[in-house]
Amino acid sequence: MAIINLRKMGINQSGTIVAVKVGGELGRRIREMGLIPGMEITVKQRAPLNDPVALRIMGGTLTLRNNEADYIEVEISP
Amino acid sequence: MEPVLTIALAGNPNAGKTTLFNHLTGARQHVGNYPGITVEQKEGCCLHQGKGVRVVDLPGTYSLTAYSVEELVARDFLINQRPDVVVDVVDASNLERNLYLSCQFLELGVPLVIALNMIDVAEKRGVTIDASALSVRLGVPVVPIIARSGKGVDQLLDAVLTVATTNLQPQPVFLSYGADLNQALDDMMPDLAACVELTAVYPQRWLGVKLLENDEQIVGKTLETYPEVGRRLIARGETIGQHLQQTLGVYPEAVIADHRYGYIKSITHQGVVTRKFVADRLYTSDKIDKVVTHRLLGPLIMAGVLFCLYTFTFSYSSVPVEWLARLFALISKGVDLLLPDGPFKSMVISGVVDGVGGVFGFVPIIMFMFFGIAVLEDSGYLARVAFMMDRIFHFFGLHGSSVMPFIISGGIAGGCAVPGVMASRTLRSPKERMATLLTVPFMNCGAKLPILTLLIGAFFSAHQARYMFLSTLAAWFIALCIAKILRLTVLRGASTPFVMELPPYRFPTLKGLVIHTWERTWQYMKKAGTVILGISILVWAMMTYPQLPETRASHYESLRQEALRTMAEDEAGQTAALARIKTEEAQERLRHSLGGRIGIAMEKVSQYAGIDWRTNIALIGGFAAKEVIVSTLGTAYSLGQVDPKEATSLKERLSKDPDWNPVVALAVLAFIMFYSPCFVTVICIAKESGSWKWAAFSILFNTLFAFTLAVAIYQIGALLYLR
Repeated sequence: MAIINLRKMGINQSGTIVAVKVGGELGRRIREMGLIPGMEITVKQRAPLNDPVALRIMGGTLTLRNNEADYIEVEISP
Repeated sequence: MEPVLTIALAGNPNAGKTTLFNHLTGARQHVGNYPGITVEQKEGCCLHQGKGVRVVDLPGTYSLTAYSVEELVARDFLINQRPDVVVDVVDASNLERNLYLSCQFLELGVPLVIALNMIDVAEKRGVTIDASALSVRLGVPVVPIIARSGKGVDQLLDAVLTVATTNLQPQPVFLSYGADLNQALDDMMPDLAACVELTAVYPQRWLGVKLLENDEQIVGKTLETYPEVGRRLIARGETIGQHLQQTLGVYPEAVIADHRYGYIKSITHQGVVTRKFVADRLYTSDKIDKVVTHRLLGPLIMAGVLFCLYTFTFSYSSVPVEWLARLFALISKGVDLLLPDGPFKSMVISGVVDGVGGVFGFVPIIMFMFFGIAVLEDSGYLARVAFMMDRIFHFFGLHGSSVMPFIISGGIAGGCAVPGVMASRTLRSPKERMATLLTVPFMNCGAKLPILTLLIGAFFSAHQARYMFLSTLAAWFIALCIAKILRLTVLRGASTPFVMELPPYRFPTLKGLVIHTWERTWQYMKKAGTVILGISILVWAMMTYPQLPETRASHYESLRQEALRTMAEDEAGQTAALARIKTEEAQERLRHSLGGRIGIAMEKVSQYAGIDWRTNIALIGGFAAKEVIVSTLGTAYSLGQVDPKEATSLKERLSKDPDWNPVVALAVLAFIMFYSPCFVTVICIAKESGSWKWAAFSILFNTLFAFTLAVAIYQIGALLYLR
């Protein structure tokens, strides 16, 4: 069970968020969309230029930029 | 009928709030802006069980913090206006995320009814929700509805009326935020109780939570009204913040958010939500996205969709544009027949009818464009465009959602900056939004095309297509670079996060589309009827007054008489002579008018860019509307009235004029492409930015920039080619 950065996840890879290390507005935006420790996510798609990334969380799809994904650490599901 | 109660619609963006609002109020709604800011305020009314209900549509938000204007507006409305009932529209297919906001309503203690929307979508995904169990656990009524078809809306209103008539002020729900924060809140209670002025408005514990969350508005208010107690409270918050940082490495806000989600989990588990399928079922939306945002296919499809939008807008709107043009020609003719000759008639025809007609001529284009955008927006495609383009736009300090305003304004030559500026509303981040609406007027809008075609045709006819294409590229390049410069200077600031929802694809409802299109078009038409009318009369007056002195007028009259007498037999010669006299007179009249004098005065400066006084007048006229440039140039180069569509003869004239050459043409082209936006756009910028300062900025900055560019082109060009 490896813990990696969300940026490094491949398409269709799933995992559980273990930490979100950012405060302020970005932290708030990330959390209010449900990206908090314990949530399961699956990377769904990357934009044509590889950034931003689209991921599935709960019942919806979210997008975030790679430099925003850097704050999120994910434990990869086997 | 006087409404007896007020309800507020709240909820996440894309939860179907607007659909429910449209369903409830139909056409009985009006859109305004909250004073001072550009967040739309929508209000309407409906009738239920013989009772009038005032419905206020709050801006869609994910949370009730104080970070964005939308959230502040929603929160202030709930706290200060105290609506009788808050209807929280919740997307059943994405329940947990949506309940995050509901949870904050409970903490605030507002009279709440939850509208569990899109239960059909949830069911299709294999999710069933036990509404009555959810209602029991949350302690508020939960009514399943389908806002698109109106199913369940009656029961929802029943529940609303019941809540409104019970007259029981609900108590704020006390959530546990973990041992550390609970302790801190308990410690803060005595101090909070001392802030009587604040607790009269806000629930006491809620105040404490907001202070721990470091909420700007609440922190500011507390320090303002109770400086001493406030500092003590904030110090307590800081202590616990440091403690949490040291022990757990997290921020208090993060802990609070975690516990809210924990609360939501405890509510939705155990029978409230049942999933029939495996969690990661591939939805239809995902299947579409696999193709539509595909690395290679995505951009191609996007280009295709945009091309269709243009074809739709500009080819189908040409018929009503034609009708409107004919209508205004008819009115013009009618006025011509009815009124006696004189300055009043000239003002009505040239100032009022032509001016307002020119603006109303845009209405069908704007309407079609807005309809197309509404389709793209309501279906969810617009969010995908933002997703695909963000990488590029982010580089220039903009946001993925800036793409649409740019394209509408003429990113593919032929748009219009007015709907472009209005479309910047979809951007939720103030700085990027401002940079977008200040730079979209650089695009080659449809009104600039006639003059571009004219000048390119006259001086670069060998490479017409290439130059037109280059001008589009130049517009993009300059606009993006200026955006970058603005974001590095006057609009400096960190970029807004791209944490954004990609809503599932939906079929837009016709009702929603019609309402969307109409309200935007109507705002545009209102402007045309008021401000534009004044400006076009002003431009007319500038080019008409002061009139030629008596002696000059009689000089031309005697010339005419002479021509009639000497060439009584030669009819062709007579007409030619009369036409020549007429143009000479028009020329002198223009030189004598205020506009002409300004043009001549400005030549002192404009000569550095090789622009003469006649072009100056046209450029001043172009401020009213860019279409005016060709017709004013025509008048100024003594051709009488020129129809902007048939500029051939003017083209020949310009290419032979000794004052013009390819270098001058290039300088003028650059100036026209980038100088002050037209008046309608300027008004839109003022309205959308919420300040006339930005409108003035865009006039001055753009003109200065364009002039510098034109001077550079002319001077360098003159050095290289004209020796």
